[in-house]
Amino acid sequence: MTRPVAILLIERALPGQTPRTERFEVPFDPGQSVLDGVRLIRATADPGLAIRYSCINANACKECMLRVDGKVVYACMRRLEPREMRVQPLANKALIRDLVTEIAPPDERIG
Amino acid sequence: MPSPTETAPLHLQTDILVIGAGGAGMMAALAAAGQGARVLLVDRALIGRGGATVMAQMTVAVALGSELPDSIAAHFNDTIAAGRGLCDPRLADIVTRDGPAAIEQLDAWHVGWARHPDGRIRQAHAPGHDKARCVYVDFLNTGPAVSKTLRAQLQRHENLITRAGDLMITDLVTADNAALGAVGFALSDGRPVSIAAKATIIATGGLTRLYRRNSASLNMSGDGYALALRAGAKLIDMEFVQFFPIGHLAPRMIGMDPIMWDPFRYKLGGRLLNSEGRAFLADYGESADAGYVTTRDQATFAILKEVEAGRGSPAGGAWLSFRHIPEEELRAAFGPVIERLAANGIDLTQQDIEVAPIAHYHMGGIQVTPGLLTAVDDLFAAGEAIGGSNGANRLSGNAITEALVFGEHTGRAAAARAATRQVRWSDAAAAAALARVAATGPARADIAALVVELQALMADKVGPFRNEAGLREALARIGTMREQIGDTPPGQPGPYDMARIDWFDLRTMLLVAQTVASAALSRTESRGAHQREDFPAMDQDWTVNQVISLHGDELEIVTAPVPVLERAA
Ligand SMILES: Cc1cc2nc3c(=O)[nH]c(=O)nc-3n(C[C@H](O)[C@H](O)[C@H](O)COP(=O)(O)OP(=O)(O)OC[C@H]3O[C@@H](n4cnc5c(N)ncnc54)[C@H](O)[C@@H]3O)c2cc1C
Ligand code: FES
Repeated sequence: MTRPVAILLIERALPGQTPRTERFEVPFDPGQSVLDGVRLIRATADPGLAIRYSCINANACKECMLRVDGKVVYACMRRLEPREMRVQPLANKALIRDLVTEIAPPDERIG
Repeated sequence: MPSPTETAPLHLQTDILVIGAGGAGMMAALAAAGQGARVLLVDRALIGRGGATVMAQMTVAVALGSELPDSIAAHFNDTIAAGRGLCDPRLADIVTRDGPAAIEQLDAWHVGWARHPDGRIRQAHAPGHDKARCVYVDFLNTGPAVSKTLRAQLQRHENLITRAGDLMITDLVTADNAALGAVGFALSDGRPVSIAAKATIIATGGLTRLYRRNSASLNMSGDGYALALRAGAKLIDMEFVQFFPIGHLAPRMIGMDPIMWDPFRYKLGGRLLNSEGRAFLADYGESADAGYVTTRDQATFAILKEVEAGRGSPAGGAWLSFRHIPEEELRAAFGPVIERLAANGIDLTQQDIEVAPIAHYHMGGIQVTPGLLTAVDDLFAAGEAIGGSNGANRLSGNAITEALVFGEHTGRAAAARAATRQVRWSDAAAAAALARVAATGPARADIAALVVELQALMADKVGPFRNEAGLREALARIGTMREQIGDTPPGQPGPYDMARIDWFDLRTMLLVAQTVASAALSRTESRGAHQREDFPAMDQDWTVNQVISLHGDELEIVTAPVPVLERAA
């Protein structure tokens, strides 16, 4: 029996670039989050893939907001599924890199 | 390619630089501003969101006496007893004495402590305390409420407090053993940043990201310990990492704090069972009807010994069971949390869950005087970043109390210090650190994997149980990993470069891991959170602290007598 996989189609770009979609496969375990999947990709395939998060699992920091299949979600709360899932940065915030957008309040940024 | 202007260094100046915006850092900023000082409060994540404070779901211990009559002395005595002879009683005295005022201050700022119908603040009984002493915000909302309250207060002092998130500090700048400020880089564009300050406060929290299974956020790599050590300050009690006994293990859950089962246990009395269905804590000294009293180090010991004896749960921990508790009682105690469990497919009336010890808190840290000053002039520290007040084991609920109380003390102390100082800045003193954050190095694909490898190494060889061979093996691998990562970060300064961030984290984690493993190797006894398989007994002669300093690339460890508290007559 082959192990089920989740396929993440991740939109990547720097500011001003045309986004490209990269395809990553990760082994699927029930109960995992989309953030788990992205962290696994970073550890095993591409450490440069950018995503913002702090608390990982606690639903506390609210930093991991992005879009999955077009819907705005917290990556650590959205369950991974054994199928293709499209992962994109927030549409209404300035892009910093890949899945990271400028979500800091304006009075908490320097320079 | 980013244009050169985008990456030109940015230089900032302030009276007081606070590094880390958790409970300790936010309180420090508010207290310093209260004295009229200008403050720059920086965090590598968003303000008030990156650390342990916002994640803490449980309780804060203070002798408020609103549930039952209580006294500062009783809280102090429990704290000292938990520390197994190693607490700095001067620091424990400050925490227990000033705790109630901090809780009342937050109450006045509308944090929303849970109350009885008659208005008294509720206090729960957590393990290791002699009575109900722990305040909380329902439901499992203590840390988020504290963070939100402090963030709101920061906004009310915008004239004096500047907040800067997404700013990662990588080195302190010193001259003549005094702190001049710090160097780091802005995560959003990679730009190098230098900050001149009259006084600097380290409030960067703990180090539990060093371990494979942990309750840590991404930002708990022990940054403050490495910053302090490299700047010439000293670390104390680094061998004492607290493992939380009943961290969530299985089934996989999302959106829940992995240490969430603690309040379930002490509000409702969940039972810890081995694979034979036996409530095994009794075999390790917990009396059957005493309630939930086993301290964290004892419970961790009991669970790992059961697993070792082949009586663990399938995923390698223990079973935690609430099946003896009626559903109405579960709902009354935990309201919406029961729904969140259901969304994870967990029904506590039908099934047991698996728990295991996870790295949770660091007792050790930066050595400070009772005035919260480090061995470096004008450099202060507060919160989980400091060591000493908890000795070999921390009581449940004391960590947030100390973050708030020490934060307040450092803020005031740093403001008093800054009032007597001019800004002194030296480009020469900052040059090496600035060159590092501006450097361009070869791209590399192994950094995130090396972090994972270090976490496994620490868990397996420098975890709750240690022995000489394992510790030496860990130190040897830490040494070769350091050679592997070299002196230059990969890539070039740019927006949110996570491989580069990982490199700076690994640089920190390897130094901090070395201090933990080295102190664990030289302490040839077992005490509190430090258990040596080859020295299983506590040794009276080891009732001393170990103090670490860095000389070039060499760590020096010396023992020092535990300080004594001279109470004013
Ligand atoms: C999940 C969890 C639950 C807990 N529950 C409880 C509880 O119920 N009761 C209790 O008493 N204690 C609890 N603790 C412990 C307690 O929360 C912490 O000890 C305490 O909050 C630490 O506060 P702090 O301000 O020192 O650090 P933190 O709140 O961790 O803040 C440190 C900040 O420093 C920032 N930082 C780190 N490095 C850098 C750098 N290089 N540059 C810039 N910024 C940096 C981080 O991003 C972070 O925001 C819990 C801990 C965890 C992890
Ligand atoms: S990582 Fe903190 S809320 Fe998702």
